[in-house]
Order: sequence, then structure tokens, then C-alpha cells
Amino acid sequence: MITAAAVAIADRRTGRFGSSIYSGRPYATILRNFAALRTSNAFVFFTGFVEPVIFLLAFGYGVGSLVGTIDVAGQQVPYAAYLAPALLASSAMNGAIIDSTFNVFFKMHFMKLYHAMMSTSLGALDVALGEIGWAMLRGGTYAVGFMVVAAVFGLLTSWWSLLMIPAAVLVAFAFASVGMTLTSYMKSFQQLNWVQFWILPMFLFSGTFFPITAYPEWLQAIITVTPLWQAIAMMRGLALGMFDLGLLVHVLYFAVFVVVGLTLTTRRLNALFLR
Amino acid sequence: MTIATRIDAPVGIHGPRRGAWHVAEYRLRNMWKWRSAIISFGIGHPVLYLASIGLGVGLLVDTSSGGVDGVPYLVFLGPALLATAALQGGGDETMFPTLAGFLWNKLFYSMRATSLTGAQIADGVLLAAGFRVLFTTLTYWLVLAIFGAVSWSTAPSLVALGLLAGLAWGAVMLAATSFVKHEDGFLSLVGRLIVMPMFLFSGTFYPLDALPLAIRWVGWISPLWHATELGRWLSYGLALPWWQLAISVIYLLALAVGGLLIGRRQFERRLTS
Amino acid sequence: MWLGERVIHARALTKTYGDFTAVAGIDFDVQPGESFGILGPNGAGKSTTMRMLGATLQRSSGDLRILDHDPVSDGPLIRAHLGVVPQEDNLDTELTVAENIYTYGRYFGLKRGYLRGRVDDLLAFAQLEDKRDAKVDDLSGGMKRRLTIARGLVNEPTILLLDEPTTGLDPQARHVLWDRLFRLKETGVTLVITTHHMDEAEQLCDRLVVMDRARIVAEGSPADLIRRYSTREVVEVRFGSDRNAEVATQLEGIGERREVLADRILVYTDTGEADLEHIVGRGFMPVTSLVRRSSLEDVFLHLTGRSLADE
Repeated sequence: MITAAAVAIADRRTGRFGSSIYSGRPYATILRNFAALRTSNAFVFFTGFVEPVIFLLAFGYGVGSLVGTIDVAGQQVPYAAYLAPALLASSAMNGAIIDSTFNVFFKMHFMKLYHAMMSTSLGALDVALGEIGWAMLRGGTYAVGFMVVAAVFGLLTSWWSLLMIPAAVLVAFAFASVGMTLTSYMKSFQQLNWVQFWILPMFLFSGTFFPITAYPEWLQAIITVTPLWQAIAMMRGLALGMFDLGLLVHVLYFAVFVVVGLTLTTRRLNALFLR
Repeated sequence: MTIATRIDAPVGIHGPRRGAWHVAEYRLRNMWKWRSAIISFGIGHPVLYLASIGLGVGLLVDTSSGGVDGVPYLVFLGPALLATAALQGGGDETMFPTLAGFLWNKLFYSMRATSLTGAQIADGVLLAAGFRVLFTTLTYWLVLAIFGAVSWSTAPSLVALGLLAGLAWGAVMLAATSFVKHEDGFLSLVGRLIVMPMFLFSGTFYPLDALPLAIRWVGWISPLWHATELGRWLSYGLALPWWQLAISVIYLLALAVGGLLIGRRQFERRLTS
Repeated sequence: MWLGERVIHARALTKTYGDFTAVAGIDFDVQPGESFGILGPNGAGKSTTMRMLGATLQRSSGDLRILDHDPVSDGPLIRAHLGVVPQEDNLDTELTVAENIYTYGRYFGLKRGYLRGRVDDLLAFAQLEDKRDAKVDDLSGGMKRRLTIARGLVNEPTILLLDEPTTGLDPQARHVLWDRLFRLKETGVTLVITTHHMDEAEQLCDRLVVMDRARIVAEGSPADLIRRYSTREVVEVRFGSDRNAEVATQLEGIGERREVLADRILVYTDTGEADLEHIVGRGFMPVTSLVRRSSLEDVFLHLTGRSLADE
């Protein structure tokens, strides 16, 4: 009996641990998204880069002219330089959340893309990792673009600030994993709006535009455990060259997000498509 | 059992007499389904922006340069945020229904198959958007007043301004969206390349003079800047020459009327070809 | 355990959702290379059965072996053997026609070089060569369907699962599609087809099961089922919606048996023309009348007391 290539490929993994949910091909989803980017979404993809940049110009220079410098742990930092790492963190969050909520919801319920993917030899974990990987790639691309702009405006003072790129990828990874989990529970576009509803206060209150010392202590305590504050604190530390144990805490914080998000997402996708 | 008794007015070549109101009624019923989102965003948005940018950035600005235009930053920001919300409400309520009506559920085509005309459908969509703007502006004004960003006596003037600004932008988006053949990227184009730059470069968060001359023109053509300047004049008496006031009012009126006329024509054309 | 000449083996296959039973303990086997049909009205449990066969839905109880594997534990391996054509096209609307096939092949892990030739072959098979760079949304319903089938063939499946393959297509598009499916069958692919169109079942299926309300109510070849459950011919007469029932009571003794539907009376007989003359002879002038051969529709009506079109 002649075996078809697809069967031979699937057979190689049969019997291995997790073979009912994973075929070792998250790249298949990423390739699909690349093809869709070329064919349909190039414009949307590239304009995604514009938003943090115009925020930087408007707030960094417009509001900056009213504010002057800001005191960060004893350093006097120009407002634009204070803002830049925070905007990078927020855009990593935003991009990952939009990819993993709106875009995934659309693919799931309108395009029925995952139904098609899951009727091939792909497993739920392939799809989840692929989509999350794509969100990371996108987050990374935007981060690089933003860094170039920041460098041109003289906002990068040390080579250490290049570490903000992997940091942005980590932030995207965490938000995308959790975003996928949330999306898998959603039934309607209205519910998606609530995601935006929570994103906005995070964006506005996480020390993005001004130090959180403006708030009472109890509120500061709440803010410091929210994910965007963690991301911004990590980015600012890297941008201003302040390396301490806190940095490690931020990294660990996001690692936990990633693990929890991935586990729940895979479980949910299996429940959605294989039950 | 004559048919005539079942419709409220004779149907002429211009459609049923209150056709636009029927369309608006449908739109408002549709918005009612989204009421929890509309209300929570309507209140949440101003509260969040005032509590963060207004108070937080306000603290930085007031300590470092003692406010803007001689008033605290919060007072400077208030009218700008109100105008932004009005424009956003007007734009959303014409853009999304128009996309849906022509592309997503093609409802306009079945409306046009009744005795309604294209112009009436356009009027109705804008009319309903006007109600939404009125609601949003009122809510926003109330929150501003509670925060002390505007004085209580500004209610009629600022709400009227909000309505004008919302209708102006609503009419522009009505006209623009009626030409869209494929949705691909249109929402991103509007959101990222028009609304966002308009929001950030219209003197909303800082006086337009703080920008280099090379990008100040974004503010000059932006209805948001005109509405914001008028709002500041009404709210705390920002000193503006009479000709600038006149230009701003005329500009907003022209956008509202021009947008609606173009929209009407394109609606009718598209629905009958 | 090799099951011999069976690619699909189902025993007491059941799917329940809470209190609702979508599939209630069905048994069937599918032989390699045959074209197997599942006929039934909407809601009979056909699509649920198909999704279990496609290893994308887990059974609640019973036994299911596909190519000697259990879909619960070997989902990806089984799916590598299958081509799936779902009831609603779920083509990738952000990709072109050719990219749809290519990308789907990549989901199976197939190599780029292999796929390049394969995409060309499949586009030719689906008669879509001149649409290769078109977006999916610009295709007609029939073209989309053919593309979905071509896409499902990219991994050279042993079994092709087709859920309502021609529902919603115009007659010409259906015939084009049937032609493609015949060609596939000639290459030895096993076809499993669900449908609620009797003509489609008669055209395409070597053997079929009739499903109604989650159960299988009959099994056999189309000709065999007609022979067993119906007569050679049927006389259809209409007397107007308000008179059909009344007239039917007075047609006793004509034909083997009679069925009264809302809009017409069906008389089952081996001698259609003669019986129509009988009816007229008794003084009943039908508004319209028709003598035709029995079809699977009549089989279904006889087995369930309902028409296939009822929903």
C-alpha cells in the first residue's frame, strides 16, 4: 500500500506524548498569516506602527513642552524619553491583544479558519502556538520600528536599550496567550468591546504619561500588580539603564502569564473543536 | 380595508413624508441593543481621561508651567475632550451603519426597496447619530462639571457646540463611507491615519503652537481643532479674534451640510444602480 | 486488529449533548473505494456523524474505527488520511485561490516543492486555473465548492468526507460537481456523502443509509431501497389544498397504498397510467397529474411518514 506523504508525516509523531493535540507545526499558522499579510492585510499591518509614533510626537513634544523633565529615581529625564519606553510597552500590549482577541475572534467565528485547520492533521496546540507566535512576531516588528524612530529623535542613550526589543516580544507573548484564552470564551462582538474597556484604563493609569506617585498609596499598590505597569516598569528600567532585582521580577511575572495562558488556551481550543 | 389607512402620509416622489424619521427610529432601536456599552463608555471615557491625563498630567503641567492659557490644565483639557467625544460619537454612528447597510448586511438595499429614498436613508442615519451625539455630549458635560473642568452655566452652549461638531464629523464620515466598495483596511485607515492623528494633533492636549509649523496645518483643517477652540472660548473665555470664531463656526456648518448633501446623492446613486 | 475490507467501522455510535441525542447508536461499515451515502432531512444527525468521522468531534459512546485507528487518541493521524468538505465553505477569505490549496497543504506539513505541482494539478481538477490569483470572495458558489473539494484533496486522502456537497448550487453547477466526484471515485478514493437530495444520493452513492431522528432506518443500494420500500411507479394528483384529504378517502382500492400530503395525493402502484385513468373514471378530475418512477423520496416518506423537504 502506498502511503501518502501527509500520512507519513503524521505517523512520525503518533504515540508520542501530546500527539493528539500537537503535530509540531506552529509554523503552518504563521506561514498562513504571512500569506494573508501579502494578499490582504499589508496596509493594516504597516499602519499599526504609526500609532505609538504619533503618540510619541504629540505627547513627547506637545505635552513635553508644557511639562519639561520628570524625575525618575533621581534622574531628570526629558518627558519624551520618559514616555518612549511606556509607549513601546503599551503598543506591544495593544498589538498582541488586538491580534489575539479581535483577529482571532473573527477567524474563529466568521471565517471558520480554525475549523478548517483542525480538520487537517494540525492539533489545537499547533494553532494556539502559531497565533501567539504571530502576535509576537508582529509585536517584535513594531518594536524595532519604534526603536528606530526613538533613536532618530535621540531618545536612546545606551546600547542596553536594545534589550527593549526582546522585552517587547515577551510582553506580546504574555498578552497574546491570555488574550487567546479570553477569546475562546467569547460569544459575541459586544464581549470583545469589554476587552477594550479594560485596556483603556490600563493604558491611562499605569504610569504611562505620569509617575503613579500622583496617586494615594493604596491605589499605587493595586496598579503595580497590573500587567501593563509591570511591562512599563520593565521597559523604563531597560531604557534608563537601571538594572536591579525588580527586572527579574517583571520577567518572572510575564513568564507566569505565558504558562497559564498557553495551558488554558490549548484546553479551550480542544474543547471548542474536538468535542 | 384600504391600504392608504395603514400609512401615515401619502407617498410622493420624495418618499414617505417622515421617511428619515422611520430610518432614525430603526437606528435608535439598534443602538438601544448596545445601550450598556454606550452608557458605560459614555461615562467611563471622560472619567478615565480626566482622572488620568486631566489630573495626572495636569499635576505635572501646573507645577512646571502653571497651567495653560492662564487656567489649570484640567480646565484647558475639558472642552477638547468634550469635542473629541462628540466627533467620535457622530463618526461611529454614521460610519458603522453605512458600512453595514451597504456591505455587511446590505440593509439599505431592502430599505430602498420600500418607498424610502436614498436621501431619506442618509438623513435618517445622520439624524439618529445626532441623538447619540446629544446623549454623549450631555453625559460628558456632566462629568466635566463634576470634575470642576467646566462651570455649570456652560451647559447649553457646550452641548450645542458638541452637537454641531458631532453632526459635522458624522456627515463627513457618512459621505466618505458611502463610497467604500470593500471594507479591507478602511476601518484601520480611518482609525489610524485620520482619527488618531486628528485626536493628537488638534491642540487637544497642548496648544497647537507647541507643534512645529510644519505639522500645525493638521490642526487647521481638523474639525476637532475648530470645535476645541470654540469650546475653550465658550468655557473659559479663551481670547480669540472674531474672524477666527466666524471661520470655525462656518467651517463646521459647511462640513455638516456639505457632507450630508454628498452623502444623500451617493446613497441614492448607489442604491439605484 | 485489522478490520479487513472496511475503512470505516461504526458500532452503537452515539453523540449526546446534555439531554439531546444527536446520534443514537448507529451501526455501519464503509468499504474501500465505495461511495457511501447518508441520506436524511436536516437535523437527522448527518452532520454530527460526519464530524465524528472527521475526528473533529468526540463520540459520547459506542465504537468507531477509521482505517483501524481510534479518532480519540489518533486524531491528527486519522485526519492526515481524510479530506473534509464541510457543509458551509470555510475557505480562507484572506488568501487567493491557489494560496488556499497551498496553505492547506502546509497544515499537513507537506513540502513546498511537492505542493507547487500539486496545486497546479488540483486547480486543473477543479477547473479553476484562470482563477488562481483571484480572492475567494470573488468566486461563484459552484467555484467555491470545487475549491473546497480541491483543497480537501491536497493530502491525497484515502477517504473524502462531503457534507451536503451541492446544497445551494444551481443545477448546472451541481452537474459539474458530480462529474468531478465521479472522476475521483474512479481513482479509488472512498467517498462518504451526506445529502438531503434524493437525486444526489441516486446519482452518487453505491450504497446508503437513511437517517431519521438520530437513527438509521434503512440501508442498501438506491435501487435496492426503492425495490424494498416502494412500488415501481407513483401517480401524483392534486385537487387543491382543501380537497386532497377528502378525495383521498374515496380512492380506496386504487394502487397498493396512498399517501396524502398537504398539496397532493401520492398513489403507489406498478401500473401508473392505468390507475390515473381509474381515478378519472371515478369522476375525480385532478387539477394536475403526473405519473413517474419511484425515487428515494418515496422510500423516505414510506419509512418515516414525512417528506425529506420537511424541516
